[in-house]
Amino acid sequence: MSEKAPPKRISSSFFLAIIFIVIALSVIALFQGMTAFIDGRINEGSYYIVIGLGSLALSAFMLFQTKRAMPQLMIEPERVSTTILCNKCGFKNLRDFQRGDYILKEAEPCPKCNEKMMIASIYREVKEKEKESF
Amino acid sequence: MFPAVPQGLFGNPQDLLGWIMQIAWLLMFMVMIFWGQRIQMLTMLREVGGSLKRLEFMKDEGRKTAISTIKEIGKPKEDPTARVDQFLEYVAFPPVDLDPSGIVWKLEHVLDVRDIRFKDDVKRMAPEASESQINNLENMLEAALLLNIIHKVVRHFYLLGKKTMSLYIIMQVQMVLPLLMQEAKAIASSLRAFTYEQPIGDGAGALVAAKLMYGHEKSKIAKDIVMAKVPLEGRTAYVLKAEGPGGNVGKPGDAIKRIIEENDGKIATIITVDAAQKLEGEKPGEIAEGIGVAIGGPGVDAYKVDETLLKHKIPMDALIIKESLGDSYAQMRKEIVDAADVAIERIKRLILERTKVGDSVIIAGIGNTVGIGQ
Repeated sequence: MSEKAPPKRISSSFFLAIIFIVIALSVIALFQGMTAFIDGRINEGSYYIVIGLGSLALSAFMLFQTKRAMPQLMIEPERVSTTILCNKCGFKNLRDFQRGDYILKEAEPCPKCNEKMMIASIYREVKEKEKESF
Repeated sequence: MFPAVPQGLFGNPQDLLGWIMQIAWLLMFMVMIFWGQRIQMLTMLREVGGSLKRLEFMKDEGRKTAISTIKEIGKPKEDPTARVDQFLEYVAFPPVDLDPSGIVWKLEHVLDVRDIRFKDDVKRMAPEASESQINNLENMLEAALLLNIIHKVVRHFYLLGKKTMSLYIIMQVQMVLPLLMQEAKAIASSLRAFTYEQPIGDGAGALVAAKLMYGHEKSKIAKDIVMAKVPLEGRTAYVLKAEGPGGNVGKPGDAIKRIIEENDGKIATIITVDAAQKLEGEKPGEIAEGIGVAIGGPGVDAYKVDETLLKHKIPMDALIIKESLGDSYAQMRKEIVDAADVAIERIKRLILERTKVGDSVIIAGIGNTVGIGQ
């Protein structure tokens, strides 16, 4: 299975342009608000600040949503390992999975005692994120 | 310049900006009152639409993987794309349950015919594939088929919701969407496992049985099931599992029934080991012990075992190895591999506690045996 998603365009450049225009207007509104506060026009300043912050938050959210959609369309390949074990001397060898490997398959001779080894396990290791324990 | 209006939410609206804010505020209320539900519906539709896009991607990847693997392994003379597309639309109707008497046998017949048909189709698509590879290809195509069905069902509700703008139609799919997505992701991860013949989490029971029967003589006892007579703690253990390393679950119900009948019902206990879905918060690879027949699937095999055990009054023990839905479809986790050794110790303890020296027991490792030999 391929790991990369097809190069689909999930957000148009027009949509992105609108978001950036809104961000620019929000910054202007915030600047106006600050100026009004400094000049003592408290009410006018509050309006500008509310409008500026609101539209800035909204456009940041929209931008985040469009950027987030891409990584979700990818299927991460898992690293799978094969453990080869010598039943006689206990020698253990860990390597990457190779096509044709299966559990309990006879493998190459043991480098220590020359006895035939076997594939003892095939697994993937998952690193769990720190979770709240209940 | 502007008439005086009452004190607003944002202070005294004596200027132009105050007016704009007042009107915007009122407009927002009006919009929420008249179009609130519609906005909610559009938000839900957007969410479903996003998930549908991901499902479409998974479905397409499944189809592409199936076609490329068939070409690589089966070396067909013709392009298998049309046949794969036909396979992905396959339907199987369950038997009529108006009169439930005897429905298990009817269901078994439907499943058998389906299995034979699937294998025949895969053989035609991949003439050069070995028996084990045919089993893997069949499993892979079934995974692609499931992804196709999930995509189609979600798309149906999405388009129907869009067409009718009915909140209840959209809500139905939106509410179950997280679970459907979880299942689809799990199925998509199994595609890689079947392509490379890697063991999957569902094979935890088969791994336990494989470890127990390793080094002992094996014989085929039922369809796709192998059995070995293993001396264990002074008892005779009939250990059975599906024949690997190809993707197979076999018919453990038939095998258990045959062993019991061949021993005239003189079996001290039967222990079934299977992977089972863990609840959120539980650790993967945890083992739970209990009574009953731990055989998943459509229930045909569990029914057969239940019937035979009841007839001969044989006690039954069960061991389950816990894992998430995603882990059961994906390549086997290290925790589950480690749990197999713990399960063997638990089986030995169970045998020592519940049976006497010289008794016969059956140990059945249930699950898909892809990537697990014997």
